Amino acid sequence: MVNTWLAATIVAIVAGTIGFFAVLRRSAFAAHALPQGAFAGAACASLLGLSTILGLFVFSILGAISIALLGRRGRHDAVTALTLVLMLGLGALFLSFSVEYAPEIYSLLFGEILGVSRSDLLPITALGAASVLATVVLYRPLLLSSVISDAAEARGLNTRRLELCFLLVMALAISATVPVVGTFLVFSLMIAPAGSARTIATSPLAALALSILIALATVWASIAAAYQTNWPVGFYVGTIGAASYILARTRQTWQSALFKANTGQ
Amino acid sequence: MTGRLFEPGFFTNGAVHTALLVGAVVAVISACVGIFTVIRSQAFAGESLGDLGTTGGSASYLLGVSDPVWGFAIAALIGAGLIELLGVRRRPDRDLATGIVLGAGLGLAALFLYLDTTSSSTTGVSITILFGSLFVFNTATLPALIALGAVALALVAVSYRMLLLSSISPELAAARGIPVRLVGAAYLIALALAVALAAVTIGAVLSTALLIGPPATALRLTKRPGLAMLTAAAIGVLTTWLGILLAYDSYYWPPVQHGWPVSFLIVAAIFAFYLLAQLPALRRQTDRRTPVAATTNP
Amino acid sequence: MSTAIAPAPDTIPGEPMLVVDGVEVRLSGREILHDVSFAIGAGEFTGLIGSNGAGKTTLLRVILGLQQPSSGSVLIDGRPRGRRNAVIGYVPQKVLIDPDMPLRARDLVALGLDGERPGIPLPSRRRRALVEEMLSAVDATGFADARVGNLSGGEQQRVLIAHALISRPTLLLLDEPLANLDIRSEQEVVELIARIAHEQKLAVLISAHDMNPLLQVMDRIVYLAAGRAASGTVGEVVRSDVLSSLYGSHVDVLHVHDRIVVVAGQATGIDDGTAARHENLDFVRLS
Repeated sequence: MVNTWLAATIVAIVAGTIGFFAVLRRSAFAAHALPQGAFAGAACASLLGLSTILGLFVFSILGAISIALLGRRGRHDAVTALTLVLMLGLGALFLSFSVEYAPEIYSLLFGEILGVSRSDLLPITALGAASVLATVVLYRPLLLSSVISDAAEARGLNTRRLELCFLLVMALAISATVPVVGTFLVFSLMIAPAGSARTIATSPLAALALSILIALATVWASIAAAYQTNWPVGFYVGTIGAASYILARTRQTWQSALFKANTGQ
Repeated sequence: MTGRLFEPGFFTNGAVHTALLVGAVVAVISACVGIFTVIRSQAFAGESLGDLGTTGGSASYLLGVSDPVWGFAIAALIGAGLIELLGVRRRPDRDLATGIVLGAGLGLAALFLYLDTTSSSTTGVSITILFGSLFVFNTATLPALIALGAVALALVAVSYRMLLLSSISPELAAARGIPVRLVGAAYLIALALAVALAAVTIGAVLSTALLIGPPATALRLTKRPGLAMLTAAAIGVLTTWLGILLAYDSYYWPPVQHGWPVSFLIVAAIFAFYLLAQLPALRRQTDRRTPVAATTNP
Repeated sequence: MSTAIAPAPDTIPGEPMLVVDGVEVRLSGREILHDVSFAIGAGEFTGLIGSNGAGKTTLLRVILGLQQPSSGSVLIDGRPRGRRNAVIGYVPQKVLIDPDMPLRARDLVALGLDGERPGIPLPSRRRRALVEEMLSAVDATGFADARVGNLSGGEQQRVLIAHALISRPTLLLLDEPLANLDIRSEQEVVELIARIAHEQKLAVLISAHDMNPLLQVMDRIVYLAAGRAASGTVGEVVRSDVLSSLYGSHVDVLHVHDRIVVVAGQATGIDDGTAARHENLDFVRLS
């Protein structure tokens, strides 16, 4: 039981931190696409009798490198989508070879938070800590290149390498968080708290802190609710995330409407 | 296992006939709608609608409706409506909003699938919804499938020129008096329906492959929209049939001796064709620098 | 209100701050810049004028070290342009800021101090003081805590200038800062830059497609047309004969009140083979 809360806390901190930059850099698609590649890795590892976290890790890293190589937007949208659907298909293939088809798929896609074992806790903590640490180190360059990429280049920052580094950090974060929340919902935990936080906080550090806080609140509430109702944690993560974003947006619209009324516009 | 291309019984098997028919119909419709998805760079939206199909499919099972096509369709339509409502113009904001909707939808899917497996005895329901069920397709659903497909095709056919222009240049289309928002909404409906159909064939989660794979391949080979659509349809049907054939043949393949998933084989075939289209020999036949806009008048 | 700011260190009085010598740039077989040469001294306000596509941004990228010239050299404060960036303040044309971005004006300015260094900035009194000083120098104290995405074009421009200046550059480059501003903001920004350049003895190179907003403050002009440049004072460069030889076809320079208008000349009906280099003169503006 302690393991569950511990794992959840780590996952929330990781997702809130990396998510802040994922939203800043407009990488919602990558945050959704990378875990799908990871799915295939987990299935492959499971087939080979290896640790699923190892499979997640390897395939996430490979996915990050391919996205960085293929470029980000425009014409490469289709390529990224195709590659990742192929990864998902491979995952289905690998799983079809094993005996435990259905329950495995479910837990890989939607998480198995209530079944986090002590042996899982160590790699999750290590990977999570690594991704948060890397984000802290890259904080300023990432911020600068996300806002003024030209000036960043002029100061000697290699923005393409920075993009690759960020994707690799995201891959680390995904390997740490997928075992707990599942591939389908890890990206919701990454983008909903960060998306909500940025409408409330005006400075980057405040938004980062708030993003982590909202992620923690989301995860803790989800676990508590899951224990009460026996419904899956993923359900609560997705819906609480959406609710918090809608609340934040509503508050923002309300505030600007009030402001306009007060200034007589 | 005889090692022949067409294993015995392929042409006489009823399930295979159904699969070939359904697969072909869906492939054609997906290709015609998917062309615009690729031109409009809306792969993420298409992918999200596919994933949302999971919610609909699992909900329909919960409600006792055994054919997921209605569930897929309704969920995708609701999703499309929400995305349109959140109707933000700027791409990054739209991606974020799409992601949020997707998160909520998948959360619901988690719930429905859980309830599905605990409330009824349908154990393989997740697999069917997520990864398709082409060989166990219920022929009673065929009329519904064709009807929905016809609606999607009709929407595309009726708005073809307007859709094409507003996909390439919304400003130019608006300047010419085309109701860009309306056309976009009609297209989203067609997209939702096409995604639902593709979800029936190869599963909600893999449906994107059928939607954008053949069109993306076709657009690598030609820049003329009409020709690209025909090519995409042809590639779609070809890859689907190839996948079905291989799935049938794979019954005795290692390692498990009960066949490889047909959805995976179709996706693999689509991907293989896409890679083939990247070959320099084929690429030289088209001038890659010619923007699509330059060829709207074939 | 501006505070007196100490001039940037390491300026060699009398030496040109920036020397561009015979720079040529070829991209995909096309010649973008041909034999471009000019020099800018400390405290000189230079306008880089040319229509869209003339090569202004490419030239700025060469000076910044983002683009390698096919031939020619760039000297910054006497030293050759190396990979390690000299202290150049750069105000780019495009910034990727959306209204929701959690970044205040003062945060953006602070990034100018050490944005390329790793880690999270620790709060320090010195940093705060520097940022405050910069903000007041560009008259941005009033909206220092507002989100950058919510600022008007002119306000955002001022914040970007503060961001570029906070690292005490000796050379300030601005890429089309006036492009999307209304006339009043335009005037404010030009006056601001001229004042700061004068106070800090900064060398300023500002690119624009219309020279008129800068006429009152420009010390020198570098006129770019079809990849070729002519530099000197406005009186020396903006003349029919000089510009015609740049463009390769006849060009008239008209003075309307205190404005200058450059128009394509009459077609002479003679094909002298220079038609291919005729530029599209689209920067004409009458007040």
